[in-house]
Order: sequence, then structure tokens, then C-alpha cells
Amino acid sequence: MKEIYLDHAATTPLVPEVIDAVTDCLKNDYGNPSSLHRLGIRAEKRIKDAKLKVSELIKASPEEILFTSGGTEANNTAILGTAYDKKRRGMHCITTAIEHPSVLEAFSHLESQGYEVNYLPVNRDGVVSPEDIKNCLREDTILVSIMHVNNETGSIQPIKEIGSILNAQKNRPVFHVDAVQSFGKLEILPHFLGIDLMSLSGHKIHGPKGIGALFIRKGVRIQPIIFGGKQEGGLRSGTENIPGITGMGAAAEWTARRKEETPYYLSGLKKMLAEGIKRTLPDAVINGGLKNTAPHILSVSFPGLGGEILLHALEEKGVYVSTGSACSSRSRKYSHVLKALNLDNSTIEGSIRISISYLTTEEEIRSFIPILAETVKRIGRFTRR
Amino acid sequence: MEKVILIRYGEIFLKGRNRSYFEKVLLNNCRKALREIPDVNIIRAQGRFFAENYTDEDAVIDALTRVFGLVSISPALKIDGDFEEIAAVSKQMMGEYLDEQAKEQMTFKVESRRADKRFPMDSMTISRELGARLLKAFPQLKVDVHNPDVIFNVEVREHTYLYYKMIPCAGGMPVGSNGKAALLLSGGIDSPVAGWMIAKRGVALTAVHFHSFPYTSDRSKEKVIELARILTRYTGSIRLHVVPFTKIQQELYERCPDEELTILMRRYMMKIAERIAVKEGAAALVTGESIGQVASQTIESLAVTNDAVDMPVFRPLIGFDKIDIMETAEAIGTYETSILPYEDCCTVFTPRHPVTRPKLERILRSEKLIDGETLIQEALDNVEVITL
Repeated sequence: MKEIYLDHAATTPLVPEVIDAVTDCLKNDYGNPSSLHRLGIRAEKRIKDAKLKVSELIKASPEEILFTSGGTEANNTAILGTAYDKKRRGMHCITTAIEHPSVLEAFSHLESQGYEVNYLPVNRDGVVSPEDIKNCLREDTILVSIMHVNNETGSIQPIKEIGSILNAQKNRPVFHVDAVQSFGKLEILPHFLGIDLMSLSGHKIHGPKGIGALFIRKGVRIQPIIFGGKQEGGLRSGTENIPGITGMGAAAEWTARRKEETPYYLSGLKKMLAEGIKRTLPDAVINGGLKNTAPHILSVSFPGLGGEILLHALEEKGVYVSTGSACSSRSRKYSHVLKALNLDNSTIEGSIRISISYLTTEEEIRSFIPILAETVKRIGRFTRR
Repeated sequence: MEKVILIRYGEIFLKGRNRSYFEKVLLNNCRKALREIPDVNIIRAQGRFFAENYTDEDAVIDALTRVFGLVSISPALKIDGDFEEIAAVSKQMMGEYLDEQAKEQMTFKVESRRADKRFPMDSMTISRELGARLLKAFPQLKVDVHNPDVIFNVEVREHTYLYYKMIPCAGGMPVGSNGKAALLLSGGIDSPVAGWMIAKRGVALTAVHFHSFPYTSDRSKEKVIELARILTRYTGSIRLHVVPFTKIQQELYERCPDEELTILMRRYMMKIAERIAVKEGAAALVTGESIGQVASQTIESLAVTNDAVDMPVFRPLIGFDKIDIMETAEAIGTYETSILPYEDCCTVFTPRHPVTRPKLERILRSEKLIDGETLIQEALDNVEVITL
């Protein structure tokens, strides 16, 4: 059975170039970058080189890149680090209801510390309104954190508009963007969009797990949340994850080489996917619509069906997707994102997320459509009476 | 001087002429329980076992407390020598114990047994003399023969054993001494506890699990494997039979009355489990049912389920409240795994209004609406056996 991996928003397979780079690093450059001898210097060079590669992809400078253990730590560092630093200026923050848990939970922690946080709603397409943000801004607003592309629906947030609104403020709050899902798929250039902090992840762009980065615009100050040997100018203590950093650098380089064509290629596949589903399964609902969504994520619902059952039935055919609600006989756990889109329960329960990457082929999509259609019809015979 | 663990067993003494058989099974089970602990040696002597030659005492104790058939164990010091030697070592042990307890005052008594009559002092004299020595050595000690804080034991046999700790074990009878049964193991809280209780009566287990992919995921199967693995710490090896059950559920769904789906499903599960039991040399089925817990566990439903098989069905939890079952599950270490949130999506096949007072004749009629024999055979042909 040929396997078709359509869960690239969860994680992506590593490309050979990355595996080679990491292997080479593990074998040859095991030094600690803090060491004074030449092995340390070689390891340090690896960091510099990777920072350059990552920064080039977002047209920033290498000094503006801080490597973290992943997207979660990047988001935590950005949010907590800003809040702690600006506490005396104010304790008000703005975000949306559809952020990743590593953002929402960081804010919920801040709330327990006395901060005030506004969670803005989104419309049926899963998009926050810049007007809402403008209306929420206050004298003591210190941080606005908005994701670029939502991980469940692929909806794209109006980062540019929000950036200009913030730029016009007298007491300009810090602007953080969680770009983990869009990095490498859609161009996002922080210096042109008024972004101060931006979170990135390695394993979503065919790099290894356990590595991510935070872009920190020159001049923006945050407090560290990890303390110790003062690596990275005291911003993130702990011996650097050199193999991970090398891997993320290699992945960024691989992605950069394909960055012009990537959005077009992915959009083409997604269009093929959406049309194929609509043709074979007319009852399917595309969550969040198709306009203004990222080219690699498609959230689709088959109302009345169980998304998790569909997921497992597809798994049996060698196809891997993900779901918007976990199935359970006692309690139902609905995705907070799909709930924020105001979808009814049966639409949420019946939803799956199909996500692709540059490695996905047209042939895979072509074989997937009939498998999905057959599976949905087969599973559809058995729904709770 | 050597550290040993004194191992006591009780109930199997009652078994008259079978005693040596039970002892052999029990000794073998102890050895299996200690299989992963390096170098440890177990010997049998005078109605006791002794564990010797180990370094990790806690690991040995932990493993032995799970062996059914053992009553209690005591870590002891084994010495050879006269009363002076006994007194010197006893003082040292008592000193360590008192330091550990760090209390201002403690009561104690000495209990002695003399199996080796060549030893010049009788047990009364040993107790009296040793008690006096300890009293003199530790001013914080007082004698209390009725309700002491600590009992210091001296057993004079071929060697002399000194100990003051008595760790209770699981009790019951040695697994394998009372035949074999097939446990219907779900991913829930009840069935592992039911299996544990029956195993405690000396019954070896084989396990049967019904897997309804894609309605239950491979994670829920992993969870059942983990539960069976935890049970093996008490029961020794278990063969887990994973039965593909989706097709039977789908057929029932399409052909049978909705409100009867659960009870029909239970009957098919029992039938399949019985066939596996026969093949595995098991003479009974074990389920985690308890009266009234859910619709399929009313007396009427249990009667209809029971009718599906000829074998005796043991339901050790039948009179237990859920809370008691949960407590036992926690004590035996299955609870944390049972509540893992990989629950099944079988609600598709769960009627909204299940029958609570099913009539056997009606159920038998509904049961014939699907080609049961063929489906059972197909399921049996595709059983996956996992040896744990």
C-alpha cells in the first residue's frame, strides 16, 4: 500500500539535505559553542551560518534571530518576555480566540499574574478584524499577538493592516506574530509589516523537531524566561542545540531555493483537492471558505460523520490526515478554532484537516480523492441513529 | 552475616496432600517474579522461602508483594553464632531502627522461636535475655508485651534470623494452581480489576479484546496491551487475543433493532471469547460487569448475555460500587492507564435508548438476523495474538 501523507501542518518529513547536514554536524562538530578552543568556534560558526540562512528567508539580519526549542518556546518567550519587560508601562494585551495553545496558555498564565488580555473573535472565515483591534487599543496596551496563518483552517490574518494600525499609535505596543504555519509557505517579511517579534518552527519546513526561532527586531527588548549560563546574550541560557540549529538552517536554505514557486505550486494542489472533493462529495463543507486561506491547509467537514472515525478509516488506506475534534464516548473535545468560526457541532465533529507541502505530488492528490470519496460513503452508512 | 528476605505463605497449607504441588507452583511464581532482578536466589526450607544474594532489596520486596499466595515477607539478617553474637547484631539493628524512627520513646517486645533444639537457650530465655540487653542499651525503649510499637524477632533454625519488619503481601493462591480463565479485557477501569481478582484465586489468565477499527484507534489497542502488561506483573505471562469486531457491529447495525444493539454485541463477544477460551485451555470466562452499572448490566441483560455461552462466567465485581472498583484499580496500578483519553468512537453503535429488560426469545430471534457463525469464524480467523 502506498502511503499518502497529508498532515504536513502537524509536521513535515525531513528532506535529505537536512538529514545530511544534521548528520555531518553530529559526527564532526560536537563542540560546545561556549568553549574557547577551536571546536567551540566551529560550533559557533554553525549557529552564525544557520542564523544567516533563516534571516535571509524573512529578509532580516542574522543578529535578529534567536534559536529556541521550537514554536512553543518562541511564542512563550515573545509573550512572557514582552509582558515582563513592559510591565511598568502597562499590563494590557490583545490577541485572538483562534491562536495556538502555546499563545493562549501563555496569556492565560499572564492573566493569573494580573495582566488583562482581550481575546478577539473572528468572522465565519476565521479572520480577525483590524477595526476590532484598533478599538481595543488602550494607553496601557503593551502587546498585540496575532498569528499569521491559522493551523486548523489555514485562514490568513490581516497582518499588514494590523501593523499599520499599530505603527500609527503614539504609544506603540509590541507586535508579535506567530508565523509557525506560514513560514516557508507564504512570504512574510517582518521589517515590511511592522512586526517586532515573529515565531518560527523548524519541523514545519522539513527540518528536525526540537528547534525553532524567534525573530526579534533590532531595538526591541524582551526579558529572558530561561536563566543560566547567559548564552545568546543572556536571552536564552543553555548550551545551544547545534544539530537542531544546523538542521533548521539547512531547511531554511532548502525552502529559500523554492520560495518563489512554492505558493503557486501549493495553491494549484489545493485547488485540485477542493474541486475534487466538491465533485465527488457535494455535501462536504469547506471550513473558512477558500478565499484568503493559506495554500497548504484545507479544513473540510462532512456533517454527521465522526472526523476521528474518518481519520482512522483513511489511515487503514494509508492516508494520514488530522481532525478538528477528538472523539470520545464521555466528553467531546471540540477545537477552539472551529468553535470560534461559529460552526455547529455536527460540522465540527465531521471535520478533518488536509495539509500539504512542497513534497506533496499531483499524483498523490489524484489518488487521494477517490479514496476519500469511497471512505466517506462507506463510513456514512454507519452514523448514530 | 547476610541479608535475606523471609517469605511466608499461608492458605496453601490448608491443602493437605496437595501442599507440595502448591508450594512448587508458588516457588516457581516467585522465581518468575524475580526474573529480572540479577543474581537473586530463592530457596525453600521448613515451610518458608528465603530470597538470598541480592543487592536491590526494594526491588525484590516490590516484586514479591505482587505474588499471589504469599502472606508476608520480612527483610532479615542471617547469622551463625551464639547468644552473644545474636545480642550484638540485634543491638546494631535496633539502633538503626530507632535512629530511623527518631522518637523519644518506643515500646517493644522480643519474640523468639527455636527450631534448632541444639541451641542451648530455650525461646523464653532468649526473649527475656535479649529484651534485657536491648533495654539496657537503649534508654528510650520500654517493654510492652500486648501492643508494642515494634516486635523484634529471633528465629533460631539451622541459621539464626533476626528481623523486625513484616510487610504484608497480596494473599490469595499461586497463579496456575487453580486452572485458567479467559478475561474479556476492554480499555476501561473494571475488567483489569476483575482479572486481577480472579488471578488472585490462583487462576491463570488469557485475555480477549475486541477491536473495532476505525471506530477505535490503534492508540486504544495500545492502551489495552499496556493494561494486560500491568496485569502480568501479578499473573505471569498473558496471551492477549485482539479480535477484529467491526464487521459484526456493522452487520448488527444494519440488520437488527437499534435498542438491542448493545446486548446483541455483548452476546457475540461472549461467544467469541468462549471459543478462544476453549482453544486456550481455559474453563471459564471473566468479565468486569457489575449489577446496574449500565443498561447491559441489569439482571435481565446479564441473564441474556449469560445465555450466549455454556461456560461458567465469573463476574467478581458484581456487587461492587464503581468507587470501590476505582480504588482497587489504583492500588493494582491499572487506573492511570484505564483513564487515558483514547476512548473509542463506538457511540455510533450505541443505541440512544437501549433495552434494559431484554426478553431472551426476542434477542435470540434478532441474533439470527445476521449470519453469526460465518462472522464469528471470520473474526476468529483474523485474531491477533500478543504474548505479554
